[in-house]
Amino acid sequence: MGVFQQILQQMINGLSLGSIYALLALGYTMVYGIVKLINFAHGDILMIGAFIGYFVLIKLGVTPGTLIVAFLISMPFCALLGVLMEKICYKPLRNAPRINALITAIGVSFFLENGARVLPVIGPNPRVFPTLPPVTHHLFGVGVSRVQIIIFAVAIGLMLVLNYIINYTKIGKAMRAVSFDKGASYLMGINVDRVISFTFALGSALAAAAGILFASAYPQVEPYMGIMPGLKAFIAAVLGGIGSIPGAMLGGFILGVAETLAKGFLSSQMADAIAFGLLIIILVVKPAGILGIPINEKV
Amino acid sequence: MLKVEMLDVYYGNIHALKEISFEVQEGEIVTLIGANGAGKTTTLHAISGLIPIRGGKVEFCGTDLRKVSPHKIVQLGLGHVPEGRRIFANLTVMENLEMGAYMRKDRAQLKKDYEQIFTRFPRLKERTKQIAGTLSGGEQQMLAIARTLMTKPKLILMDEPSMGLAPLLVKEIFAIIEEIKAAGTTILLVEQNAHLALSIADRAYVLETGRLVLQGDAKELANSEEVRKAYLGG
Repeated sequence: MGVFQQILQQMINGLSLGSIYALLALGYTMVYGIVKLINFAHGDILMIGAFIGYFVLIKLGVTPGTLIVAFLISMPFCALLGVLMEKICYKPLRNAPRINALITAIGVSFFLENGARVLPVIGPNPRVFPTLPPVTHHLFGVGVSRVQIIIFAVAIGLMLVLNYIINYTKIGKAMRAVSFDKGASYLMGINVDRVISFTFALGSALAAAAGILFASAYPQVEPYMGIMPGLKAFIAAVLGGIGSIPGAMLGGFILGVAETLAKGFLSSQMADAIAFGLLIIILVVKPAGILGIPINEKV
Repeated sequence: MLKVEMLDVYYGNIHALKEISFEVQEGEIVTLIGANGAGKTTTLHAISGLIPIRGGKVEFCGTDLRKVSPHKIVQLGLGHVPEGRRIFANLTVMENLEMGAYMRKDRAQLKKDYEQIFTRFPRLKERTKQIAGTLSGGEQQMLAIARTLMTKPKLILMDEPSMGLAPLLVKEIFAIIEEIKAAGTTILLVEQNAHLALSIADRAYVLETGRLVLQGDAKELANSEEVRKAYLGG
């Protein structure tokens, strides 16, 4: 395998990992955009989503059809979980100092992780996630696995749907309005609470899908599995410009590619350090992120 | 139509509004004038439910607004054009108007209302697809008013519509306000430009550091010694 093909191979692996980060980063960025909260429990939604997928696939067996069923059950379930999380944990703190909600988010994260550990149906031990038998297609000497194709298809499909919702539906326009100016949105008669709930639902559904995809690529599920992807997706969101939806997608892809290239050509142990190093560099050079809008004081 | 009784509002420990009482009758333009920091904007925010009320009563068309959430207050027919316009700068002009129509379900009437808005504000019609943040100040103020008109208000609270606009545009905006009144919508106008406000208002109230100190017929107030000295520059 030539160097060029190696790079191409790693790019494909990176883009596939990156599209999972992107899906997860979208939830961070949308929630931040609308309530200015970094929802640190977002990665744990990925874990719950993966476990629901796991139970569905164990029960029904793995076929392309049941995989779709797994998405269709896991995504609404996590959407509901996201809505409840916001209603119970974050809404009472909406007018409190921002740090309170942030600490609460960390608490929710611990609650979900350790809750999953003590829950008899989940428990602390890792389990093997059921996957379709591996098939690899070869193109120009570069291998693309079936899982990767599924990841690309689902991620891109969901991003197109999200793009449609945000730009062309009434609720999506209201999301943009509320994230720009909550007070003015009330004055338009917009039910801001409902828009916030919807945002959590949307973000959590994407995280659930990311969970199933992540577990299909790295076929293992356990209660702490959401932490690392959660952190990486957070970096991706900051990288792209927190609050910016195209930024989250771009940030996810960049981070995925950077991480796999680092793994492939530098050192697999250094890959995470490189990802976090990237965050530091971005925060120093461009604090608002690649597509972020610098905060300017209104006059 | 709107009845405010003994309204008390606090910002933390600061007593921002002290037992103010006033009324707006259907069909009127009532103006609330006063210096910077007198509590004019605070009064409007309290009425719209954007800040909590500590004591007193706000009644709109017989409904006690203290128990109504802010978006429901709009649905009752109380519109509010906020200070500094606060249009959604990231949305297009059309999307801003759609936000005003967010809660409306009367599709047929809605279509007519859009047409009416575009006849009244031809400049907005040319710019429906433009991002609202790129409009000029005067156009943004028009959009802010148009957007609120889309909520179908019976009463509009208008906060400093002249702020930051060139004199010619101020004139244009005030002509629009008079048109809106003529079309049957009641207006509660807050202005720093007391002279201008008194010239179009029926009645006026004067706020001073959170207290109502004067009230009366707008023309009479405009001629009164006290108001001229304090607010009209002699």
